[in-house]
Amino acid sequence: MSYWFRNDNRLPQERLAAASYVIVGMITLLLLGFWKLQVIDSDKYGVMAERNRVRSIPIIAPRGRMLDRDGRVLVDNYPSFSVLLLRDDMAAVEKNLPAIADGLGLSLDDLKEQLSNTGALPKFQPIVIKPEATQGDVAFIESHRADIPLLEMLMVHRRRYLPGGFMAHASGYVGEVSEQQIEASNGKYRPGDVAGKSGLERQYNDLLVGTDGMRRVIVNSIGKEVGRLTQQEAIPGKQIQLTIDYDLQQIAEEALAGKKGAVVALDPSSGEVLAFVSRPAPDPNDFAIRVSKEEWQRLNSDADRPLLNRVTQAQLAPGSVFKIVMATAMLEEKVPPESYTSFCPGYATFYGRQFKCWVYGKAGHGVMDVHNAIVHSCDVFFYNIGMRMGIDRISKYAKMLGFGAKTGIDLPSEESGLVPSEEWVQRVFHRKWYPGETISVSIGQGAVIVTPMQVAYMIGGLASGGDFKQPHLLKDAQNVGDRRISISDSTVEKVTQGMYGVVNEGGGTAAAIKLQGIEFCGKSGTAQVIGENAKTRFGKGEKKFNNNAWFVGYAPRRDPEIVVAVLVEEGGHGASASGPIVRDIIKAYYDKKAKKGQGQTTVELKRYDLDAAPKAQIVERAKPTVKPEQAAAAVEPVSAKKPQPE
Amino acid sequence: MNETTGTRDYDWWLLAIIAAICALGVVEIYSATHGSVLVGMHSKQIRWLVIGFALMFVLSRIDYHLIMDQAPVLYIIGISALVAVLLVGHTRFGAKRWIPILGEFLQVSELVKLIIIIVLARFFAEVRTDELSLQDLIKAGLLVGIPLVLILKQPDLGTALVLMPMLIVGAFLAGLQWKHAAVIILIGVLMLPVGWHFLKPYQKERVTSFLHPEEDAKGSGYQVLQSKIAVGSGGFWGKGFGNGSQNQLGYIPVRYSDFIMAALAEEQGFKGVLVALGLYMALLLRLVQNAQRAKDRAGMFLVMGVTAALGFHVLVNVAMVIGAMPVTGIPLPLMSYGGSATLFVFLAIGLVMNVRLRRFVN
Repeated sequence: MSYWFRNDNRLPQERLAAASYVIVGMITLLLLGFWKLQVIDSDKYGVMAERNRVRSIPIIAPRGRMLDRDGRVLVDNYPSFSVLLLRDDMAAVEKNLPAIADGLGLSLDDLKEQLSNTGALPKFQPIVIKPEATQGDVAFIESHRADIPLLEMLMVHRRRYLPGGFMAHASGYVGEVSEQQIEASNGKYRPGDVAGKSGLERQYNDLLVGTDGMRRVIVNSIGKEVGRLTQQEAIPGKQIQLTIDYDLQQIAEEALAGKKGAVVALDPSSGEVLAFVSRPAPDPNDFAIRVSKEEWQRLNSDADRPLLNRVTQAQLAPGSVFKIVMATAMLEEKVPPESYTSFCPGYATFYGRQFKCWVYGKAGHGVMDVHNAIVHSCDVFFYNIGMRMGIDRISKYAKMLGFGAKTGIDLPSEESGLVPSEEWVQRVFHRKWYPGETISVSIGQGAVIVTPMQVAYMIGGLASGGDFKQPHLLKDAQNVGDRRISISDSTVEKVTQGMYGVVNEGGGTAAAIKLQGIEFCGKSGTAQVIGENAKTRFGKGEKKFNNNAWFVGYAPRRDPEIVVAVLVEEGGHGASASGPIVRDIIKAYYDKKAKKGQGQTTVELKRYDLDAAPKAQIVERAKPTVKPEQAAAAVEPVSAKKPQPE
Repeated sequence: MNETTGTRDYDWWLLAIIAAICALGVVEIYSATHGSVLVGMHSKQIRWLVIGFALMFVLSRIDYHLIMDQAPVLYIIGISALVAVLLVGHTRFGAKRWIPILGEFLQVSELVKLIIIIVLARFFAEVRTDELSLQDLIKAGLLVGIPLVLILKQPDLGTALVLMPMLIVGAFLAGLQWKHAAVIILIGVLMLPVGWHFLKPYQKERVTSFLHPEEDAKGSGYQVLQSKIAVGSGGFWGKGFGNGSQNQLGYIPVRYSDFIMAALAEEQGFKGVLVALGLYMALLLRLVQNAQRAKDRAGMFLVMGVTAALGFHVLVNVAMVIGAMPVTGIPLPLMSYGGSATLFVFLAIGLVMNVRLRRFVN
């Protein structure tokens, strides 16, 4: 025990005072630090605090449905859950990524790639990592809310189309918006939004798409929702009613099953399209979620071209169907005059070359006037009148009747085909038109190409006396275009009589398909894909060198109610491959019309009449939601008004 | 050596300041935890405070000279305890710091902090020269160095660092020569890379995320960011009692202990911070005043050792909350929830009271 240290009272007062100053200085510095955070930067942190605790979750608006002309649902939505990954805390994301990939059954590499692709997006914006969550996924997410607070579920509506690609090319499909679409939309679209990509989905996207709502919730630090703030409801998209008739569409779909081709049926008095089929077709239900890159490439490189909308985009030689144009041109121009006849021994000779008629090898057609030439589809007759008229006259009437230009149907990406002329060949090939080329064009081969849509449009307008209504798929559309041409009634009469004879006269190329009690008229076409000689040499038996089979039919003979154009690629003979399909559709149309007149509703569908016993209706409603497999058999009726007997 | 001390000699101002700080702490702990699973913490804190107050009074009654007489013994006890905890201590949160006593875990290093204050005070008091010789300086360094290394091994970097200001302030007041100070600073700077090498990964990470906060928040960077968000969003007036969204919703980590100042800043705003820091400043200045009026050098060193420790705690903790220093485990004296730390503070204040009480006694 040292005495010394108890009594040493030397206190270093200056240094002690210095300590006091240090203390004051230190506290002041700390206060300055707080001042900066709490006063100067207060707003910035206020925002960050808010973002911490408030999460905005979009409420996805359901897309408008598509109904057929009788009110039956063709395209609908169903609810499904998407899994969102929250990226606020990137460290936690990276740490938990393997667990997330494992729990949701995703590939870790895909997830990593997706993360790096979306690196530029602001961190508080979540990304969709799995568009379609299963029950297991939902359980996984819920049970791991505490240790993996990075996952959120978003309820979305998914598009449901009828299965097997039914009406796929008319309806089109939806998909996530592309970068170009986002840029072009001026902020309307965000990544992950769904928009129509083709067909009606794209054409009427603005009508169909609703406006998303927003749900703002308070979350705690593990992401659990602990309170609700505002909620802005979603505005659903508008439902559209199509002119398509489900019954006729179904017949057309079945008729083309397994084949490549197109069917389009329309009512030329109004322009309404009653059936629209292009096969092969993809199943848009597959697209509604997400198409894998491989699948997309496979579809694109498929030789049968399932992504091609053959109704409006297949541009092929029309074959003998073009003879209608030729006949019209001759009768209007009177070159040669109406009474002109030609003799067909099965071939004709021009410029020292022999041009065959299709009956070459059997007996020739003999003496042909314009009526019989149509009925028997005599090539020689049309060679002759073609040579006399010259390409420019032919071209003029082809264009007048609607070839070489878009019909204006309300679908994106319609093709306009091609009508050759002097001007065209000069412009494109820098040469003159060879007269020999006129010969091919006269029977619908050579440079002339058309789409099935144009064929139906042409025949419909012609038979209606030169009144071409704009084809459309939206029922009760406003501003339907109406193009009228000046054409003499006698021409219309003569040509339509010819088409009547094709089906109803003995020896007509389509006599086999005539219908009892219906003025069924039409024209067949068998368009060569390669020349006969070449076919014999190289292509014997090769299906792809088979001719394309056209048939266009309509009823009644003047001012028709229905026109149906059918193309079966590689189908062979027009009247036998495509003709029956046209016949079936027209027959169904008239059957349905008759039944409606008797107070019944449809041909084949088992649908409860609203006038029938109410008990049956209740049973109907108690059935569970229609599964896609059952959709074709029992589509639920949604009628705006009670069906009235017509 | 008989003491007649009247109650008038107790430092009532100091007690008042301490009581105010404690009250602030309890209220803020309550506010930060009442809505969550941690509810009831404030009651535990009150319990510690009561025990603390009692111990403080007890310690103030024993003549500090008697305590300092036992400095060597205490030192040995301290070192032994540190070794013991390294060998048999309970590992919690990845560190061996606690020894179970009386059903509670007590942090040994808190006790050691107290012991070192006493030991250093004794050492410096026995220096007879006006200036501190190099020899004495080195001896002091060794005295501190041994427990420091042992604490580092736990590992507890924060507590180990607290020993440094005690040494520095003590040496400063004992007459540290400027030239020595300069050399030491130089050596310290040169030793930084070496020191860095010995840091554990998470400690390194704390420093890097402190230096580069703009890098995506991970771990402790996230903690500091959340703390700043809470503090900044409090603004001048604060969000109000119980309304601090960041602390209420759990965004601030350990909001009831290490980051209690963040919770207070969020709810009471700058005005609240002004009050709290004002109180701490008053506390520290009051301690210095007590040192200035101590009877002898021994008492002065004792009080200033306490001041150095408490001042360092406040500085490091608050600086961390505003993102001016890396995250350490240092709590805010008297406000942070925690038994051992609180007891340490009260015992230390008890020593101060002790010195003050005997300033007139001869």
